[in-house]
Amino acid sequence: MDQELKVHSDVICTFCGCLCDDIEVEVVDNRISKVKKACMIGRNKLMHAQSNNPDITIAGKPTSLDAAINEAVNILTNARFPLVYGLSSTTTEAQREMVEIAEILNATIDNPSSYCHGPGLMARQQVGLSSCTLGEVKNRADLVIFWGCNPLESHVRHLTRYSVSAKGMFHPEGRKSRKIVSIDIRPTPTTKSSDWFIQVTPGNTFEIATLLRALVANNPIGKGDDALIAGVAVSKWRELAEMIRGCKYGVIFFGLGVTQCRGRDINVEQLAVLVSEINNHTRFYAMAMRGHGNVAGGNQVMTWQTGFPLAVNFSRGYPRYNPGEFSVIGLLARKEVDAALIVATDPGAHLPADTGDHLKNIPVIYLEPHNNPTTEWATVVIPVAQAGVAASGTYYRMDNVPLRVKKIVDSDHLSDEEVLKRIKERITHAQNY
Amino acid sequence: MLRIINGKVYDPVNRIHGEIRDICIRDQKIVEGPLPPETEIIDAKGCVVMPGGVEIHSHVAGAKVNNGRMLCPEDSADHFRAHTEILRSGCNGVVPTTFLTGYEYARLGYTTLFEAAVPPLKARHAHEELRDTPILDTGCYTVMGNNYLVMKALNEPDEISRREKLMGVVAWLLESTRGYAVKIVNPGGVENWKWNRGLVDLDTPVPPFDVTPRMIMTGLARTAYELKLPHPIHLHTNHLGEPGNMAYTLETMKALSGSRAHFTHLQFHSYDKSKRGGFASGAVAIAEYFNNHPEFTCDAGLIVFGPTMTMTADAPMEFSLHQMKGGKWSNLDIEMETGSGVVPIKYQPDSLVNAVQWCLGLELMLLINDPWRVFLSTDHPNAGPFTSYPLLIKLLMDRDFRMSWYEMLHPKVKEYTCLHDLTREYSLEEIAIVTRSGPARALGLKNRGHLGAGAYADVAIYPFFDDKQKMFSSASYLIKDGRVVVRDGAIKESFSGRALGLELPVKGELAGDLKEYFEQYSTVAFSNYRVEEEYTPRPELIRCG
Repeated sequence: MDQELKVHSDVICTFCGCLCDDIEVEVVDNRISKVKKACMIGRNKLMHAQSNNPDITIAGKPTSLDAAINEAVNILTNARFPLVYGLSSTTTEAQREMVEIAEILNATIDNPSSYCHGPGLMARQQVGLSSCTLGEVKNRADLVIFWGCNPLESHVRHLTRYSVSAKGMFHPEGRKSRKIVSIDIRPTPTTKSSDWFIQVTPGNTFEIATLLRALVANNPIGKGDDALIAGVAVSKWRELAEMIRGCKYGVIFFGLGVTQCRGRDINVEQLAVLVSEINNHTRFYAMAMRGHGNVAGGNQVMTWQTGFPLAVNFSRGYPRYNPGEFSVIGLLARKEVDAALIVATDPGAHLPADTGDHLKNIPVIYLEPHNNPTTEWATVVIPVAQAGVAASGTYYRMDNVPLRVKKIVDSDHLSDEEVLKRIKERITHAQNY
Repeated sequence: MLRIINGKVYDPVNRIHGEIRDICIRDQKIVEGPLPPETEIIDAKGCVVMPGGVEIHSHVAGAKVNNGRMLCPEDSADHFRAHTEILRSGCNGVVPTTFLTGYEYARLGYTTLFEAAVPPLKARHAHEELRDTPILDTGCYTVMGNNYLVMKALNEPDEISRREKLMGVVAWLLESTRGYAVKIVNPGGVENWKWNRGLVDLDTPVPPFDVTPRMIMTGLARTAYELKLPHPIHLHTNHLGEPGNMAYTLETMKALSGSRAHFTHLQFHSYDKSKRGGFASGAVAIAEYFNNHPEFTCDAGLIVFGPTMTMTADAPMEFSLHQMKGGKWSNLDIEMETGSGVVPIKYQPDSLVNAVQWCLGLELMLLINDPWRVFLSTDHPNAGPFTSYPLLIKLLMDRDFRMSWYEMLHPKVKEYTCLHDLTREYSLEEIAIVTRSGPARALGLKNRGHLGAGAYADVAIYPFFDDKQKMFSSASYLIKDGRVVVRDGAIKESFSGRALGLELPVKGELAGDLKEYFEQYSTVAFSNYRVEEEYTPRPELIRCG
């Protein structure tokens, strides 16, 4: 029996914010059989992309797509305070449909950034941010600081493709030509592979950024060199400030250790001001280590359509923004929403258990390619073709560079975009009659 | 089919100067007529009929525009629209969300819109937003003035090989980004800033390829000519916003004299220096030179007092603005291509600098004799939001109104400007030229900006009022592709416009060493770089030549 082998090159892995676009995928008879160049996580994701698909179900019972969509429309149009949530692991084309559905329903829409890098976005609203694309890091950066993140385990190829050992235009030697500094509360594989690991006490990000601002600007700090800030001597921080001022093109990559420790948005705000002020001396930038493949795209779509990157409520017919009031954790903790449309995220695995539990008490429509903790209890489960494997569309990398992920295998299921379009059309129809 | 009767028609291309004429429309186009008697009629009695407006320079879609929206949620506090059965909701009075941008332009009578600066790596983003900008036909300009492939090609010692390589790069960039024109922003200056070096002049060698701004501008101008592009280089010169930059702008004009070029937001580039080093208007000298060079066009970049947002690929300019003013600053360096920055700003009439800028823009529009070469723009949102066009039209058309503003302006402004001496008032015909016919011609759009047979049925009908701000603030009718989309200032129908692109005379191909270079240093695979056809679902390709 002849098997048809197709080799796809420059495939984009949609797992994390790195969006590595050099993956080679072999497909035999419409099954992914081999994945080359990807990291372990990406390889596993691609190898298992076509297995473990859920059935179309309503209350756990198999049904037709048509019936599932009708039930979804029924739930959403009868809800008084529906939530549209997710966005982070699907295409911007699907995300655009989600915003429109939220608008038609006068619903609330949010994405996981409200409990990940949302504080960073709120900081940008206060002070802005000096940033760059990953290629600038590869080609130019001579100082890279990882702060509250561990890319060796979360964004595995970040270091080789972009930030540490990548051979850039002005750094043909790669790793040797860069200084790598890690700031974290405990040793991690990333801190171990850094030139300098600064182990700090938890919850002191704001103090560290404040101190560095003063040191970089050569302002008096009223403390001796032996005084400890975040458990580290001022003299050490002074050394870091000197290193920062002395570099030609420096970048801070910050993770949830910065955005989700005590202080949240004001941590990032202080960090952004620090980066901005360093630019009085040299070129300096910061970038959020965005997690899910297209969480950055979700923020972009929501911003160009509603004006705000997350936590938007349409109950008055126009977009209103208020993180805390309209972000997913608060809404669920206060048990305010009475139905939810969830796409391309896994609240059963991601949300705090007691908060996520409210979702089990209300009707939930869930679009997802694979079985996971949420498919176990969602009211309506609609399996979809996975973006970047069985569906095409746009993904935004962690530096907001948009790429087109492509369909490489056929699926029995529709894409998120197609299902959402059908739901939208039937909601409009239901509202008009 | 549709017939517009009894309206005073202003169609400068076809030499119709405010005469009562019928306009006949069939199948998206304007036709000679007559149409069958049962044709639907729009009675435009007491109204002025013009071609749909053509916006030649505005920042409405893409990475930095969205950055601007993200930066200032407060600009939405008192500016929002609820969704209706036809319309999507929106907000932000300075950088409106995409749908609102389309609706607001349509209400002002515009039907064609160009996004002024798109870095190639972010082109998909711009197209995604343009797809969500309804009603208008849209296109975008591709930023090239600090592009490594352009600079590397220019560094080629052999002249013939240099020209060939450059032509390949420019065609490839336009094709890859689905762009409409070559945009140059602070040529060489953005790259120089990334090396933490100072400002560049025409002959400053810029790392890493040691080419000069002069080489970049003249090289790209020549390539645009050789590719027979419908719109020449669209140029934001070096030294934007510096007192005394007029001298530099004149030098640049001299360097480019003889080749077509569009100087954008010229107001920001026309400052003389006062004795104490402050801002003074250089409009007289700039306009004099410009008047004698019919190969140039420009748009004004008129200042609007009030809060707005500066956003440009000119990252060093934004950084110095931030250093000067403090406050919010967003920056994004884009690998091998450009930078960009966003800084909110408020123009105030009692600030001498802002008052000089305000006068200077109007002076340029009044001192440049030929309305076919100077166009109305606010470089939206840099000098002010486009929604202020009706006010600006009144300022151009009504000298008494203009003079009444002096009560608000800084008292010393007359020492540094000459606006108070200028008596010219724009006519309705001249307004039609600077807002539609002129930009359409400069863009090489033969089916737009006029109402002759064969043109797209894009027609704006304004109610006649003596108060020209009132007259232009919302169209009585806007007809797009023969469909009535605006009636008495309200949107009646919304649909997607066309994406304007180019049909190039050559295939865009990178020379071998350039391709190798790209593959080695870009973080995006060569095969993933090019914007796919899915991003322009309703394309209209304009043939070059």
